[in-house]
Amino acid sequence: MKAFLKRFARNPGAVIGLVLFTIVVVLALCASLLYPNSPWMMAGKPMLLPFAHPRFPMGTDMLGRDLLSGLVHGARVSLMVGLAATGAALGFGVLLGAVAGYAGGWIDDVLMAVTEFFQTIPQLVMAVLVVAILSPTLPSVIAAIALVSWPPVARLVRTEFLSLREREFVQAAVVIGQSPARIVFSQILPNAMSPIIVMGSFMLATAILTEAALSFLGLGDRNYMSWGFMIGAARSVIRQSWWLSIGPGLAILLTVLSINLIGEGLNDALNPHLRKRGE
Amino acid sequence: MQFASFVSTRLGKALLVMLGVVVINFFLIRLAPGDPAMVMAGESGAGDAAFVQNLRQQFGLDQPQLVQLGLYLKGVASLDLGFSYRNHVPVLELILDRLPATLLLMAAAFVISIVVGVALGALAARTRYRGRHRWLDGVIMTSAMVLYATPLFWLSLLAIIVFSVLLGWLPAFGMENVMAGLSGWARIADIAQHLVLPACSLAVFFIAVYARLTRAAMLEVMGMDFVRTARAKGVPAGRVLRVHILRNALLPVVTFAGVQLGQLAGGALLTETVFSWPGIGRLMFDALLQRDYQLLLGIFLVTSAMVVGFNLMADLLHRFLDPRIGSGAAAGAPG
Repeated sequence: MKAFLKRFARNPGAVIGLVLFTIVVVLALCASLLYPNSPWMMAGKPMLLPFAHPRFPMGTDMLGRDLLSGLVHGARVSLMVGLAATGAALGFGVLLGAVAGYAGGWIDDVLMAVTEFFQTIPQLVMAVLVVAILSPTLPSVIAAIALVSWPPVARLVRTEFLSLREREFVQAAVVIGQSPARIVFSQILPNAMSPIIVMGSFMLATAILTEAALSFLGLGDRNYMSWGFMIGAARSVIRQSWWLSIGPGLAILLTVLSINLIGEGLNDALNPHLRKRGE
Repeated sequence: MQFASFVSTRLGKALLVMLGVVVINFFLIRLAPGDPAMVMAGESGAGDAAFVQNLRQQFGLDQPQLVQLGLYLKGVASLDLGFSYRNHVPVLELILDRLPATLLLMAAAFVISIVVGVALGALAARTRYRGRHRWLDGVIMTSAMVLYATPLFWLSLLAIIVFSVLLGWLPAFGMENVMAGLSGWARIADIAQHLVLPACSLAVFFIAVYARLTRAAMLEVMGMDFVRTARAKGVPAGRVLRVHILRNALLPVVTFAGVQLGQLAGGALLTETVFSWPGIGRLMFDALLQRDYQLLLGIFLVTSAMVVGFNLMADLLHRFLDPRIGSGAAAGAPG
């Protein structure tokens, strides 16, 4: 663990990413403390320029909503949806990949055909369709994002399982009569954890981008302010007040970038051998 | 003979995927609130019970589910994608009308992203190979990292703000200036001008992807024995880079390009929405606003068919470029 932290800290990009991400998380957690009022409420005069009024450092939109309040509350939705969708996709992907990789044979063939199918179809179009039909609520957005993001995990886990299954310590576990479930969870899965963690971090970044795209298209939950929605709303007044979309866009960019940086740092720190080869 | 079996396996796979899409469509529409007849009745604006009952009979909705699935499959197989009651036009007609615009946008973005992405990736790898100008590698890879994290629709908006609102260089909305009544070359030039911003915005994300991929693949090839041999026997560095390294590194890029096409279709949806580009993506956005489910399902089906078709083409191209590849899964895909 100590060696891992050392390797992670040696990567400047990863540290910057971690700092940025921590800031976003703290802002999201404190959203209700900083801005107890709903970000949907009119807070001041409409269309205030950034820095024009001390109470609204980022200005207000066409309905007088405080942009900074929206940004802080939006962080909450982005992280919540991203984490929930990634968690669900990881859980499902690991389960499916583990079964396919451990069982092999026709079960493997069928499960991989399903995986390939979900990887082939246009993912965003599918997510849009699912949310539109299920009606735009937080759970359906999470479900739609999870539905289109599990296939890479399943493939990864399957590959790991296929190679780990043949290793001696697993065969030893089989010989002493451990149940398949026990072997999977106590012998194989812990050894496949590092690539899964790395992939999970990249999936979180993609999930946040997908959530933003969905709410930009008007498919976000209207009870929660989100960054994508703010950009979508800014689009309609782009000629009069182009600055409205800058803040939420930068927020998405920095959050996603910070997660990707952390992911690369994790990748380098968890797979020191790979790094030597790649460089 | 072997080639024929390769093609037929791939075709079979493509058909299976399409079958899967149709089945998903069938079950998705049943998840919508109310049954499909209610949905259709709502869309056509008439809601009395007799009309709904009539619709149920007309579309076989009073039959068992499996029979319904069969009917639906039969309809799709005969290219009947349903009727858009909002627009009073068959769904397929609406989509085919918009298809050329989307294909044009996707093709332009694809070409731009492959050419620029591979060039940037090769440039970055070159600085490593020669051990000079390492900073350039840093600049290219950092930009790729940032662009990789940029939301596509936001970048499109920024492009409009900078090049259209502030500078006034390029048109921001639509595909052509219909009012001008241009024809021939003037019309083509007009469309090309409208194409610049959407195509470049859509390409940016994929430029980042291909640059990273090309660089990684080239660095991998650089360490191989045949490259050392080429250098040892005195082949000029530029030639080693171009002929020995780049050419061998392009294979995974081609494979990956095929895989990425699904994402390109999704990106087109966002780009078209921002730029009011009159393609399938914009049609989907309008269908979303109108809750036109039949149209949404049709669009999902057609974009899937598009992607499956492109994948098939990429597979064939790959096989053509690298005859070592058998009919098995595409080897050489980066992990």
